[in-house]
Amino acid sequence: MHNKTIADISRDLAAGEYSSVEITEHLLTRIKQTDHHYNSFITVSEEQALAQAKAADARRAAGDADAWTGVPMAHKDIFCTNGVLTTCGSKMLSNFVAPYNATIVENFNNAGAVSLGKLNMDEFAMGSSNESSFYGAVKNPWDTDRVPGGSSGGSAAAVAAQLVPGATASDTGGSIRQPAAFCGLTGLKPTYGRVSRWGMIAYASSLDQAGSITRTAEDSAMMLNVMAGFDAKDSTCMERDVPDYTATLNDSIEGLTIGLPKEYFRSDLSADMQQQVRNAISEYEKMGARVKEISLPNTHLAIPAYYIIAPAECSANLSRMDGVRFGYRCENPQDINDLYKRSRGEGFGIEVKRRIMVGAYALSAGFYDAYYKKAQQVRRLIKNDFVNAFKEVDIIMGPTTPTPAFKRGEKTADPVDMYLEDIFTIALNLAGLPGMSISCGQVNNLPVGLQLIGNYFDEGRLLNAAHQFQQHTDWHLKTPDLKNLTGI
Amino acid sequence: MALDQQQVRDIADLSRLQIDEAQIAEYQKNLSNILDLVDQLSAVDTSAVEPMAHPLDAVQRLRADIVTEENHRDHFQQIAPQTENGYYLVPRVVE
Repeated sequence: MHNKTIADISRDLAAGEYSSVEITEHLLTRIKQTDHHYNSFITVSEEQALAQAKAADARRAAGDADAWTGVPMAHKDIFCTNGVLTTCGSKMLSNFVAPYNATIVENFNNAGAVSLGKLNMDEFAMGSSNESSFYGAVKNPWDTDRVPGGSSGGSAAAVAAQLVPGATASDTGGSIRQPAAFCGLTGLKPTYGRVSRWGMIAYASSLDQAGSITRTAEDSAMMLNVMAGFDAKDSTCMERDVPDYTATLNDSIEGLTIGLPKEYFRSDLSADMQQQVRNAISEYEKMGARVKEISLPNTHLAIPAYYIIAPAECSANLSRMDGVRFGYRCENPQDINDLYKRSRGEGFGIEVKRRIMVGAYALSAGFYDAYYKKAQQVRRLIKNDFVNAFKEVDIIMGPTTPTPAFKRGEKTADPVDMYLEDIFTIALNLAGLPGMSISCGQVNNLPVGLQLIGNYFDEGRLLNAAHQFQQHTDWHLKTPDLKNLTGI
Repeated sequence: MALDQQQVRDIADLSRLQIDEAQIAEYQKNLSNILDLVDQLSAVDTSAVEPMAHPLDAVQRLRADIVTEENHRDHFQQIAPQTENGYYLVPRVVE
């Protein structure tokens, strides 16, 4: 039962193959028995999950069920869940039981989904390896000595370990696409403003976007159908119609023009990685797509611009974590400044503190023009590269990451090494474009991700292209050898 | 761009972060590396480029000035570290 997709479970529940309570209990048992190998969950909300499953079965019995009724999933611990611990992977929020639901959590509840709990992540979504979580590193089910990627490492590991068929995630610089690539899964980061950010704990508000990690593009479309839409509570959410993303999955991609940015096929990208991505592009050509080389000349400026904008915004956003209204407070504060400084000094981990400090420095008097304003200007140059490219092509493709999953501890000595990991993903967040990663091959028995980049609000075309690839290849069906580890 | 140790202490203070003195050297090294990384931007000519704050250049949406939220003070204060009579308690600020 645990190797089924969201679409499978939806069909099985409709056909009466099993009940929502049965599959929920099955997955809860599996989490209890095997998650100590991966550490993908921070909180398992068994009681709430069973209550939701019973309610879903009752709705179905009353003839009032639709696609999501009774389907299990889980949320990244960045999304506020009313009455359930919401930690954002931090000691700072290790006692924070959210008093309300994020909009997308509410959307899944209203759709009848069953949430099994909250998934591990890099602290405040700052990281590319899920090693910065206060709740410990998450392990990649393909090789437990390796990282699952980050920051949505728990979401990716839980789906790869077949503990849930799909999970919510969030992406500020690659945090959905990179873990999806490292775990052989399908990750979707929608256009900025497509999905509400309300109740998603803010890291860098002009870059953050909620999305999903699943096994297939079909499941990704089902998740986006629930998540996408206008929300008056998020002032940056766009007021645009939401199509049925499952309706266009089977459209022909004959004549689709794929742009290959020459900057993404650099000479230092290993021959093995290049080969896997080139093979995938050849599959698309067989399906009738055309390929065109393009240039995104400002690619090399994306990481420097990001490491001004994201820290600057995080230093402002995380100022609300002050030990006064919620979250961690230090023992016996001597005065108000001591309360702020020790609560924050003790409550935040080292990477979060580094980014707050870089941001505070970049925004401090006399430096604003040299850093933040400059980065916002470069951001427009990066966006213009994509705008120009999309005049000639329908979709852009390349590798999601420079390498497959690396080992724990390999990139923790110098934070800049870790930052360079996001070289291919980060420009999309700066431009606000939608992107996906789908599994397209293996190097040394580790999955390799193909990144698909779409024009603004063109998620339907991305999902269509991803689904067509998955109809013609079986990389998305490959799973790690879990029995080897867990015996079940 | 390299920071000195006093600058690191000043930035930590500005950020309201208590940093152990023993860790200052490590922060100095790592923050300086990060600033070296971002200093690549200074070589780019951006004189004619408008800064970009929103990917879709959207502007702030306005709404009518009417009350839309109820008061949830008691509910929200249940998770506060320390409260009294509806107030959040902190150490004395004014002597």
